[in-house]
Amino acid sequence: MTEELIIAGFGGQGVLSMGKILAYSGIMQDQEVSWMPSYGPEMRGGTANVTVIVSDERISSPILTIFDSAIILNQQSMDKFESGVRPGGTLLYDPNGITRHPERKDINIFQVEAARLAAEMGNTKIFNMVVLGAYLKIKPVVKMENVIRGLKKSLPERYHKLIPLNEDAINMGLKNVIAVQELQ
Amino acid sequence: MSELKLMKGNEALAEAAIRAGADAYFGYPITPQSEVIEYLMAEKPFDRTGMVVLQAESEIAAINMVYGAAGAGKKVMTSSSSPGISLKQEGISYIAGAELPCLYANVVRGGPGLGTIQPSQADYFQSTKGGGHGDYRQIVLAPASVQEMADFVRDGFDLAFKYRIPVLILSDGVIGQMMEKVDLFDPIPRLTDDEINEKYPWATTGKKSGTERRIITSLDLDSHKMEEHNHKLQAKYKEITEKEVRYELIDCDDAEYIFVAYGSSARIAQKAVKLARAKGIKAGLFRLITLFPFPSVKMFEMCGKGIKGFLAVEMSAGQMVEDVRLAVKGCSKVEHYGRYGGIVHTPEEVLEALEQKIIGG
Repeated sequence: MTEELIIAGFGGQGVLSMGKILAYSGIMQDQEVSWMPSYGPEMRGGTANVTVIVSDERISSPILTIFDSAIILNQQSMDKFESGVRPGGTLLYDPNGITRHPERKDINIFQVEAARLAAEMGNTKIFNMVVLGAYLKIKPVVKMENVIRGLKKSLPERYHKLIPLNEDAINMGLKNVIAVQELQ
Repeated sequence: MSELKLMKGNEALAEAAIRAGADAYFGYPITPQSEVIEYLMAEKPFDRTGMVVLQAESEIAAINMVYGAAGAGKKVMTSSSSPGISLKQEGISYIAGAELPCLYANVVRGGPGLGTIQPSQADYFQSTKGGGHGDYRQIVLAPASVQEMADFVRDGFDLAFKYRIPVLILSDGVIGQMMEKVDLFDPIPRLTDDEINEKYPWATTGKKSGTERRIITSLDLDSHKMEEHNHKLQAKYKEITEKEVRYELIDCDDAEYIFVAYGSSARIAQKAVKLARAKGIKAGLFRLITLFPFPSVKMFEMCGKGIKGFLAVEMSAGQMVEDVRLAVKGCSKVEHYGRYGGIVHTPEEVLEALEQKIIGG
């Protein structure tokens, strides 16, 4: 199994940390992982993206232009990465703030209203965990128990009390994925 | 007990310095390698092992601090990125001339000049053909993974002390910034002053009565002596060329076409090998691990064995390709492909270059 994923959105949405938690979860189940961020002068409000690869084999290129899956969290990223999903691949997005929805006919398309769900849970910071939950529902590349172990590894000890909240957010995402287009 | 962690290449390099028993790190921040000094300052190795970490007032000050500490037999390192490494060249030439061990890392960014902060491999000439003045060489290790960013710190110090030579870890923005799984080696204790004194008869540790003066210098105004000194250096470089070549061959056994690459380009070329094989093209990868010494002998040896061409893949306008051409001595077609100025080529572009420049060309 090899999953090549791009996560793209605004700086401050937790794009990089979502990727990091996924990578740590891969390590927890003995897989090879790579996490390659864009490292330009991104900041809150700018665009940020990270390529995460989880594989049973040694990983070759950590930088890719064609992906098995794309998680897209703003319009700029939709414009940039929709075309990068391989035919038959998967695109997951939050429709919040999206003015042009994906148009490809040869990929699977899913939505999760993560921004709204996180706001309803009373903490917009867990937005990225709602997205992660939705992604794992569609692509269960790592086991949930390993995601929790990954969370523990990637969060500093002082934030460990927030793990149950993050777990709730992941579950919220798992339950609220909407299939927009599923290939046969 | 080794430890499995998810780390950036830069962080792995910094952690490995502490674990390798380094006595000191002198640096100055620059993107994309600032995580090295950030990690060290946060980790406080001065509390953990007694290692000194100091942000110097400039890159030039940092390399001269390295020169001083190396003269005292200390395990010492610095790191920077391209423009900062250019500033250090005078000091590196002096360290090479004075035959001192040191380790430094260049997390290369696009140039020339201040360039860009994005990844590049355009410092190959500087790294392997001098950089500073004079007839000197340095061992150049090219990590292609976060694991190697850590391991090559330990190996680099070993080589530096074995040959009393500067060792360069030539990385780039991709390897420095990405996170991968890394299995950290067990900590090696720092040497005590007595151990240094005993192990390194050249180190200036304070003259004791009845012992010979130890002099660290790269200067000799008697040109005959200087020529002799240069002969000694050249003999050392010859020995290194014979003994310390490292490379990795991936899918080369039945290959007709070979990508030659190092660092992040080797990772990208490895993917291009997969894409090529899926199309029925018998491609392989010759991954350079040491850039000096260059694996010329092995490359020439492969030449006659059904290889129809080599494609040198590097994020530069064509630097390493010159060494590939020298190695194969015209016995095979050699072409270059690479994006540069901070643009990273994709596996698809690399495969297309093979098809156009080597197979179809």
